[in-house]
Amino acid sequence: MPPSPQSGAETTLPSVTAVPGPRLAIRLDWLGIVPFMLFALLFLLLPTAFLMVGAFQDAQGHFTLAKLGLLLQGNVLDAYLISLEVSAASAIVGAIAGFALAWAVVHGGLPAWIRPSLLTFSGVAANFAGVPLAFAFLCTLGRTGLVTLLLQHYAGIDPYSTGFTLLSFHGLVLTYLYFQIPLMVLIVTPALEGLRKEWREASDSLGGTALHYWIHVALPVLAPSVLGASLLLFANAFGAVATAYALTGSSLNIVTILLYAQIRGDVLHDPNLGYALALGMIVITSLSSAGYLWLSARTQRRRS
Amino acid sequence: MAFLDIAHVGKTFGAASVVNDVNLAIEKGEFVTLLGPSGCGKTTLLRMIAGFESASSGSIHIDGHDVTLQRARQRRVGMVFQSYALFPTMTVADNIAYGLKIAREPKSAIAERVEQMMKLIRLSQHAQHYPWQLSGGQQQRVALARALASSPRLLLLDEPLSALDAKIRVALRDEIRALQRKLGITTLFVTHDQEEALSLSDRVVVMNEGRIEQVGTPFEIYNFPRTRFVASFVGTLNILNSRVLDEASGLVEVDGQTVTVARLRRSGHGERTLALRPEAVVLESPLAGRNSLMATIEEVNFLGSVVRLRARLQETVLSFDIFNDPGQTLPQRGSRVALGFSHDNLLELEAS
Ligand SMILES: Nc1ncnc2c1ncn2[C@@H]1O[C@H](COP(=O)(O)OP(=O)(O)O)[C@@H](O)[C@H]1O
Ligand SMILES: [Mg+2]
Repeated sequence: MPPSPQSGAETTLPSVTAVPGPRLAIRLDWLGIVPFMLFALLFLLLPTAFLMVGAFQDAQGHFTLAKLGLLLQGNVLDAYLISLEVSAASAIVGAIAGFALAWAVVHGGLPAWIRPSLLTFSGVAANFAGVPLAFAFLCTLGRTGLVTLLLQHYAGIDPYSTGFTLLSFHGLVLTYLYFQIPLMVLIVTPALEGLRKEWREASDSLGGTALHYWIHVALPVLAPSVLGASLLLFANAFGAVATAYALTGSSLNIVTILLYAQIRGDVLHDPNLGYALALGMIVITSLSSAGYLWLSARTQRRRS
Repeated sequence: MAFLDIAHVGKTFGAASVVNDVNLAIEKGEFVTLLGPSGCGKTTLLRMIAGFESASSGSIHIDGHDVTLQRARQRRVGMVFQSYALFPTMTVADNIAYGLKIAREPKSAIAERVEQMMKLIRLSQHAQHYPWQLSGGQQQRVALARALASSPRLLLLDEPLSALDAKIRVALRDEIRALQRKLGITTLFVTHDQEEALSLSDRVVVMNEGRIEQVGTPFEIYNFPRTRFVASFVGTLNILNSRVLDEASGLVEVDGQTVTVARLRRSGHGERTLALRPEAVVLESPLAGRNSLMATIEEVNFLGSVVRLRARLQETVLSFDIFNDPGQTLPQRGSRVALGFSHDNLLELEAS
């Protein structure tokens, strides 16, 4: 599937030729991004390096693999598994629902005003998280939330009688979907808009059925975007802490909450375990982000 | 019945009537061009033949079969789009093989056919390349091969050269025609470029506002346009509004001067629209047996081998070309000249 390497020759970017000019000008150009570099250094690179080192140390600063070893045991492993499950569930459901929504507005023949409205709303909702989101859900779907009460009084349905609670795995997934679905809509809408009607017509006139078109043309075109977006949704959910903490307190054992417990300084306090937990998270989010970047680079290249 | 027979075909979108009562018969192996300005319904007509759009009225027959209600995939009609529309995730070879794979041809037959098609379009060395690695001209050749690979009954091309730059456009134009001759495939080609239409086609169909204005060989269309629209759209014919003075001798009046028309189409007095080809006009003193008009030079455009002049009678403006000759002085703007042309060169157009 990937094209032969020599074929890239035509499309490689023109090599950046150094423009001979005053050296000062170049330095001034760099000056512009100094605040960003400084910020990245102080709040991203240094802490990362610090916790990477810390993950391999005990409380006395001696080298040890014990803290990392803890990641594979009991409570901690459970936290990772639950985090992975919550992230995967909210990413998969979010991806499917978001894709369906985006498909409906792009190719569903709906009135034209719906698309910009949905995209604007998605832009807002995708960034709605943390305490406000948790509060909003508690107010609507909590035990005494508005929607819960309305359902009880007017529809005769009590969601809580079925064992549902917002402060649970399902509740958390549901809450995450509030920003996961819009995020998916935002990412796949351009990909769906990129599906050209001539491809469908070319396939038709070559004897293809709708199924042929989907399997051989549309899905391969969409796959990198959809998979990449799902990975981004996964990383998005995996790293979320504020929403989960605000919603469930410490009642749900997920990595970010466990991590928070290690570093905020109560009885569970074990900063080095915290570093190890963080390192594990970095590895997982990096992998899914790298997957996303790789996939979106593939899509970019094809469009050019 | 002709190989492709279009009878009373019309198309309406809501209240807008885009194609009106089109009748067209195309013989097997013919290369026919639909020529007309943008928005005149060429694409819509082509899409109805391909089956992407249903006809609001009328019927379409291909090779004796009524396809009016058939789906696109049942029609065995190859289509080439302006935007190439190659499948972006497939290599050149896979794009060409698409229709053959759907038809479940045996693997060896597919490989052989793909090989043969790639040779025809001279892109064998690009078999494993992806569309984004090819130039526009190469992509369009692949699109042509893809459309032809499964031996369709009909090849439709919708402005296939419009997205390419001028040089490639001419080269690919000739290539398409050569390929079409070689394969003998019945072809309908859409363009708004009159030069393209005239140089490629066995016959040209001139369309305007959803109707066919005239069908004929390039020679007929260019030399004997029937309507004012065809005269002005094809080439740069001069249009003269005239009034008949003497029907028997063909004497007519144009802006207060008299000229003779060799053949008046209709009898009776009144207004007639005449056309005059620019290359028929020469600068010459009045001669017996030839028409002569006095005019004032308005514009002199030096184009290299030819000089394009524009001269005004009163209302009427005439364009004409003279060859560049270093030994001759050009008429000045504002000067009075005598324009000569033969009686045969004045063509009466249908009333519109
Ligand atoms: N799907 C459609 N819905 C409404 N109007 C259309 C549609 N397709 C084409 N038209 C209209 O029909 C007219 C002819 O279009 P088209 O066949 O594309 O012309 P051409 O190919 O000659 O430029 C145009 O005015 C265009 O706006
Ligand atoms: Mg068109």
